Amino acid sequence: MKLRLLYFARLRERFGTAEENVDFAGATVAELLAQLRARGGVWAEELGEGRLFRVAVDQTLAMPETGLAEGAEVAIFPPVTGG
Amino acid sequence: MKIAVQSAGFDLGAEVEALRRGRTDIGAIASFVGYARDHNDGAGVAALTLEHYPGMTEKALADIVAQAAQRWAVQDVTVIHRIGRLSPGDPIVLVAVASAHRGDAFAACEFLMDYLKTRAPFWKKEETPDGVRWVDARASDESAAQRWS
Repeated sequence: MKLRLLYFARLRERFGTAEENVDFAGATVAELLAQLRARGGVWAEELGEGRLFRVAVDQTLAMPETGLAEGAEVAIFPPVTGG
Repeated sequence: MKIAVQSAGFDLGAEVEALRRGRTDIGAIASFVGYARDHNDGAGVAALTLEHYPGMTEKALADIVAQAAQRWAVQDVTVIHRIGRLSPGDPIVLVAVASAHRGDAFAACEFLMDYLKTRAPFWKKEETPDGVRWVDARASDESAAQRWS
């Protein structure tokens, strides 16, 4: 399936991109994160064990087991600091 | 209910009056305004820039307001959050809650701020003498939000 990925704030700067489209053969957020970590470098570092970040699927906060569907918008970002 | 994400400033008095206008059933309005500080984590802050996730931000704020309305007898709510570059002393966020009685207004206002700080997709970047840095999330904000659950 095709997914639209968005990155925000510090992660957008670290990854050097605000958004991209990816092909994904898995089913869950956890599997997508594994695919991104497999890129190595900054991806493996920032999305690695013990790093704090949040994932939203179609603009709702998601969990590792959240399922992904064709065309989903998946955003990855640091813990929020507004207010 | 009014939810706004905007670069422009806001006026607390005008927003409170807008909540009250034409109504005589409101007995209490509790409000909170957050301002940009000139210091954070031991460093001076010359300016900060607020980034957000357009689309999700508005949905997240509406969801938080809906949760408050389920828990307390809320008559109306205004939430305004600014984005873009702000200077110390500039207002960042406004939450105002109208209710028949103060208890619901105070509690809902505090709940809204605690949830906004931990669930609405905004991020702050500070300009300090040592350079530009992203603000880290605070554990104290998460524990403040946890006490409502």
